[in-house]
Amino acid sequence: MQLVTVSGPPSSGKTAVILQAIAALQKQELKIGVIKFDCLLSDDDKLYAKRGIPVRKGLSGALCPDHYFVSNIEACVEWGLHQKLDMLISESAGLCNRCSPHIKEVAAVCVIDNLSGIGTPKKIGPMLKGADIVVITKGDIVSQAEREVFASRVRQVNPQAVILNVNGITGQGAFELSTLLTDAAQVATLKGAALRFSMPAALCSYCLGETRIGEEHQVGNVRKIDLERGQCQPHCSKSAQGVEVSE
Amino acid sequence: MKPDELFSTALVHLLVQYPYLTDFLDSFALSVADSNVTIAELFSDITADQLDNIGLTHEQLCQSLLDYVAGMGALNQGFDKVERLSVIGGFDKDGVAENCEIELIPGQITCIVGATGSGKSRLLADIEWVAQGDTPTGRHILINGQVPDAKWRFSIEHKLVAQLSQNMNFVMDLTVAEFVRMHAESRFVPDVDDKIGQIIAQANDLAGEVFSVDTPITSLSGGQSRALMIADTAILSKSPIVLIDEIENAGIDRKKALALLVQEEKIVLMATHDPILALMGQRRLVIKNGGIAKIITTSTVERSNLVQLEVLDRQLMALRQRIRSGETLEQL
Repeated sequence: MQLVTVSGPPSSGKTAVILQAIAALQKQELKIGVIKFDCLLSDDDKLYAKRGIPVRKGLSGALCPDHYFVSNIEACVEWGLHQKLDMLISESAGLCNRCSPHIKEVAAVCVIDNLSGIGTPKKIGPMLKGADIVVITKGDIVSQAEREVFASRVRQVNPQAVILNVNGITGQGAFELSTLLTDAAQVATLKGAALRFSMPAALCSYCLGETRIGEEHQVGNVRKIDLERGQCQPHCSKSAQGVEVSE
Repeated sequence: MKPDELFSTALVHLLVQYPYLTDFLDSFALSVADSNVTIAELFSDITADQLDNIGLTHEQLCQSLLDYVAGMGALNQGFDKVERLSVIGGFDKDGVAENCEIELIPGQITCIVGATGSGKSRLLADIEWVAQGDTPTGRHILINGQVPDAKWRFSIEHKLVAQLSQNMNFVMDLTVAEFVRMHAESRFVPDVDDKIGQIIAQANDLAGEVFSVDTPITSLSGGQSRALMIADTAILSKSPIVLIDEIENAGIDRKKALALLVQEEKIVLMATHDPILALMGQRRLVIKNGGIAKIITTSTVERSNLVQLEVLDRQLMALRQRIRSGETLEQL
């Protein structure tokens, strides 16, 4: 079975793009299934089910959705194999820009939209920078120049990726995307597989349900803004770090 | 430059040869305090925390830099000029052969007509994807008579088709000058200020209502936006083909707009059902059921009728102008 992980910021058009790509893949008589990861609520599974696509939904609730994804994806692959799928597509929302859902040797797609602003590509971490295929959506409503500038900004942060424009409404570009997906590697199990980049870390009192605000309630991996210097740049983060947990 | 050379040369020298490295470093928030350092030194000073913020491992970052430089190098080499693009027919939705070969040449205008859903977008997509019998229509696209290099498919800098439609809007929070500058810089155009002047002059000529360089692009009128998009695409976009989708009478001089694109040696494809625009093309491709059903060459009779249509159009425009200036239409 082939496995593809699709991620991207909320409302960037992941579901629409996947539905269009599946429509193109189904013409090749391929059996495609979807695992939809979300946080609190999602009806997208119904959109897949309505088209007869085998689908399972996972809601992370109070947990970091990324951590929830990585703790479940192995079992999802087993489900897909059991369903005798030709391809399993996992869809997960990158709810913070630091998400890192891509797995080594598993096809990784990031969906990002033209409306999110040209500063966005550099603000998104491993989810975009480590993807094999970057799909840019909503190109039909912005100018040619903005599309060109946006794509070149994406290429600046991820020069190795294949960058494609796909229209989630009309399906323009979806056929082309589907031909790239059919090249995805076969996966028999994810046992022993590794993420391409570490996930966002959190291990502090608030992770364990603390609600009170104040220094005395903060234990664990806490980071502070350096207000003296105006902002917390990557290069000042070390000195600005709070209590550290030994790794 | 070889990879190890790239990593071991002082930035001050590197930037002379690869000025765009600044953009790369900037997009990873890497600031250079001393330009005598090498990339290797700069990267080895990045702390684990900083890498975490960048979202790449040290090896991935090095690889990204190499790929970026290689990609930009390929950009400077330029692609072959498209002197002729051929569409070799495939099949419609029922598998009926199209039996045609269409040559598209820079400076030519070809109209695409047909009902919604008839397959106009698929034709464009086939061209953009330089189809080699591997799309649902089975069409083949040749560039200059040859099977083109696959790089056309994925190159962001060398997309074959630039698109312009009625639904497109500007969304960036920039003034006209800032916007054109940003586009020009992303294309590494040498004489940026000259291009800005050229584009704004052309756009104002097309729009009629004059706007200044300091106008925010989001507050341009419909006609001004369209005019700026056309001038910008004609002069700055590298795509040899321009697709115009239903540009209606939105306050721009459409004849001048087409003339500008033709003068800039673009292959113009126009999806339109407007009689005047349709007759401005050399021919019309009629799309039905996913295939090219007919190719109509604009006849001399049609061309002479165009003159008459233009008279009607001018009359209508004059009425429009009267409405705008608050007159009545009791006397036509």
